Amino acid sequence: MGQASAPLLATDIYKQFGDVEVLKGISLEADKGDVISVIGSSGSGKSTFLRCMNMLEIPTSGELRVHGDSVRFKTNRHGLREPADIRQVERIRSQLSMVFQSFNLWSHMTVMQNIIEAPIHVLGVSRAEATERAEEHLNRVGLYDRRDYYPAHMSGGQQQRAAIARALAMNPEVMLFDEPTSALDPELVGEVLKVMRGLAEEGRTMVVVTHEMAFARDVSNKVMFLHQGRIEEEGNPQDVFNNPKSERFKQFISPSY
Amino acid sequence: MLDLHGYGPSIFNGAILTIQLAFLSLLIAVLLGLLGASGKLSSKRPLRWLSTLYTTLIRGVPDLVLMMLIYFGGQIGINAVTDWLYNTSDGAIDIFFQVNPFVAGVATIGFIFGAYMSETFRGAFMAVENGQIEAGKAYGMTGWQVFNRIMFPQMMRHALPGLGNNWQVLLKTTALVSVIGLADMVNLATEAAKTVREPFIFFVPVALVYLALTTVSEWVFRQLKRRYSVGVMEG
Repeated sequence: MGQASAPLLATDIYKQFGDVEVLKGISLEADKGDVISVIGSSGSGKSTFLRCMNMLEIPTSGELRVHGDSVRFKTNRHGLREPADIRQVERIRSQLSMVFQSFNLWSHMTVMQNIIEAPIHVLGVSRAEATERAEEHLNRVGLYDRRDYYPAHMSGGQQQRAAIARALAMNPEVMLFDEPTSALDPELVGEVLKVMRGLAEEGRTMVVVTHEMAFARDVSNKVMFLHQGRIEEEGNPQDVFNNPKSERFKQFISPSY
Repeated sequence: MLDLHGYGPSIFNGAILTIQLAFLSLLIAVLLGLLGASGKLSSKRPLRWLSTLYTTLIRGVPDLVLMMLIYFGGQIGINAVTDWLYNTSDGAIDIFFQVNPFVAGVATIGFIFGAYMSETFRGAFMAVENGQIEAGKAYGMTGWQVFNRIMFPQMMRHALPGLGNNWQVLLKTTALVSVIGLADMVNLATEAAKTVREPFIFFVPVALVYLALTTVSEWVFRQLKRRYSVGVMEG
């Protein structure tokens, strides 16, 4: 533990909304090639934790490092923590692509435009090069023939695969997935999980907040179970799923029928 | 054909002035509207108060009264400043500013319609889904890029109906500037009508010009609506 230059290192993250403490000291280290599943019931803080990783939520305390680059904070005049250097935050975000539960593809752009947008305007890649790479990513998620469609004209599964292509186009250090299959009809979940499994197999570093127990057990190499803002159980999936130490986790994974 | 007794070219010049006035006022109104909307949606309380004061004040007072207040009040204000400069500098700074009726007209109409635009833009900004903005941030875009590449194009779709409406009313409100002595179409037609004593024949072409302008505007707004509705599922 504690590799200072790990792709993603979060140490002792706390997050408070008003009087409610949602995260009570959570740490995570993602080494290169790690696929970490974060699981837990709703309200356990898992999505908030993921959103702290790319500063969509500002952690109340705790340290965040991306490839050794530690996020600098300052305290504003209301006594709240905020980033000291927004350019640093933007740079870090561009290295951590996020895939959202509700896809969040930009609705006024075609699939192709969605994919080349950030590479061109954030990374400074040329349009020609961005388009060429986007075509490769579209092929890999099986949407090459949909490149000129607008998001509203595609199924949820197609939109989420396009969103994954958009994330890949940033060539990110770490990919963050925020319940990527929770908004999908059951028959569309498989096509998205298949793409994600492929990414895991080629060694992408991924942090996945999910309710898909099969994915957590079979694809990830680390599992983290959150309960009421704390890590209740963590380890490699074989140990965790076969010999759970926590009573709550046992309940969580035991079928209720 | 209407016999305009040789006043045709003069009224045509008035129409040009009306168009210039309307476009410049629109520009100012849109800028003030964007500022006002940002103020209303700001997390900073003084900014919210200031923009609410602005829209409440403007929307509660008749346009004609505001125009008089700004035109005459503006001159009084400027005089006070130049007098003060003259006195404190013992006469070294001696400036005289006459409020130009065209500038006063543009400023007043822009200022009035900025308040209406604020409300239009505020609603339109609120209609943009938060997830769209978050996705921009999450991919490392700067605040300006998020605004320019995502918020603005998506907001415009929601703003266009209100914007088109405001524009039509603005265009017609330019007729009020004749009261501050600006030689717009209405002012010139009034002068011609007084001279020739045939008011009707001068106001028919004026009405037709307004109608032509609003008709063209509707067409332009339809094109804009098509452009900004791209990617939207037709219900």
